[in-house]
Amino acid sequence: MPAFCYHRPATVEEAVGLLAEYGSDAKVLAGGQSLVPLLALRLSHPEHLVDIGRIDGLAAVDDGPAGFTVGAAVRHADVELSPVTGRAAPLVAAAMPHIGHRAIRNRGTVCGSLAHADPAAELPAVALAADAEMVVRSASGERTIPAADFFLGYLTSALDETELLTAVRFPSWPRSTGGSVAEVSRRHGDYALVGLAAVVGVGDGGRVERAALSFFGAGATPVRVTEAEQVLVGEHPDPAAFAEAADVVTKSIEPPGDNHATAAYRAHVAGVLTRRCLAEAAGRATGGGA
Amino acid sequence: MTADRHPLSMTVNGNRIDLVVESRRTLAEILREDLGLTGTHLACEHGVCGACTVALDGKAVRSCLMLALQADGGAIETVESLCDDDGALGPLQQAMADSHSFQCAFCAPGFLMTAHCLLAEDRDIGPTRDEIREELSGNLCRCTGYQSIVDGVERAVTALVEARNA
Ligand SMILES: Cc1cc2nc3c(=O)[nH]c(=O)nc-3n(C[C@H](O)[C@H](O)[C@H](O)COP(=O)(O)OP(=O)(O)OC[C@H]3O[C@@H](n4cnc5c(N)ncnc54)[C@H](O)[C@@H]3O)c2cc1C
Ligand code: FES
Ligand code: FES
Repeated sequence: MPAFCYHRPATVEEAVGLLAEYGSDAKVLAGGQSLVPLLALRLSHPEHLVDIGRIDGLAAVDDGPAGFTVGAAVRHADVELSPVTGRAAPLVAAAMPHIGHRAIRNRGTVCGSLAHADPAAELPAVALAADAEMVVRSASGERTIPAADFFLGYLTSALDETELLTAVRFPSWPRSTGGSVAEVSRRHGDYALVGLAAVVGVGDGGRVERAALSFFGAGATPVRVTEAEQVLVGEHPDPAAFAEAADVVTKSIEPPGDNHATAAYRAHVAGVLTRRCLAEAAGRATGGGA
Repeated sequence: MTADRHPLSMTVNGNRIDLVVESRRTLAEILREDLGLTGTHLACEHGVCGACTVALDGKAVRSCLMLALQADGGAIETVESLCDDDGALGPLQQAMADSHSFQCAFCAPGFLMTAHCLLAEDRDIGPTRDEIREELSGNLCRCTGYQSIVDGVERAVTALVEARNA
């Protein structure tokens, strides 16, 4: 592994001070489950690593009126095993079992996955589907970035090199709304060839009021297919509507082709996942629970 | 650049260890090279095979994906901790041996530590075969085809549940 200087700040102020001082020579180290492989393969060689794992102020999960907030030192497994997650952020709970393996989830963080912005990862697509907000700090202050403006390209987020993602906030989960996450991958626990995080909200008249279809593994960033979402709004959540939405997805999505799967295969799978996830999400929306 | 070094204190298999280590070294490297605990194996060194799995504060982690300094203050258990004090196989190891779980056994330390963390979980009923398969899914074996490994863990679970209810 290339040599670097290791810093272990105790506070957020100290951490953003270090990021301000070292700029592009520094990298944040959270769970290390994506960064350490990059270092080991010498694809990244920062001069300074800022380990945020011991900052107390980042260790909390909060389920308050502002929504479900996950601090930057909180690990996947903490969120997965918390009894609150299933109720407060059902889409996050649904994504968890798909993320790598237990040992990866014991170390990797939710915010690290968002900051890393891997387009094949589950949580960026979940954040996009659930209209999450990123809470970001730098030495010059705090700002929030909606998920829709956060994922800019392959492994590229809207974070400036001097900024720390301190937390992600998922808005309170609305009533009569269900979520579902599904994917197809080569082996269990691998990154997805293509996957979907879907949300369906059903109104009092029994018709779809809100739909989100957020794909991962389907481009350089997670992508919402709004044309297909619009097809659903105002319809009864039934197999005919789901099939129509799936058709629109397969025709409009433009996934990459590579040696793991062709673009045509990924587009086909995206349609299949659309039908499956919509059925599950709608069932959860109308079944009373999440 | 002069080497960046920091103090590291942790317990390894119950023994308190105090070292000064270079920041770029992984936990796996410290265990194997500085502490001579070569039971922890390294294969892929980027997180995909599970051979390097150890327990950190009771939870399975990849020791190739942790800087040693990230384990500062923690309690590490390695495969060397699984045998009895007299060096005889511990119950999990014995169950795996009885099931002929491994062939070359290069993968064994990772599977054993993953299974050890699973068995240590405080739960009323032991994990089902499906749960065992799920929990072991992050460990790769190039020899066996896995069935014998799952059999071994299931045997250990059965013995543990019997012992608890005895
Ligand atoms: C074998 C294996 C399988 C995996 N499978 C999956 C999978 O199926 N799905 C999936 O989603 N992930 C998977 N992962 C990755 C895992 O989820 C990581 O935990 C996650 O991508 C990154 O989180 P981390 O905390 O480990 O971040 P780190 O590795 O510490 O950091 C990743 C990047 O984000 C930056 N960063 C981290 N936190 C912050 C912050 N708070 N502010 C600013 N920048 C920050 C770092 O500087 C670095 O560039 C897998 C990993 C492995 C090794
Ligand atoms: S050596 Fe650590 S996971 Fe392969
Ligand atoms: S027994 Fe040879 S790798 Fe598993």
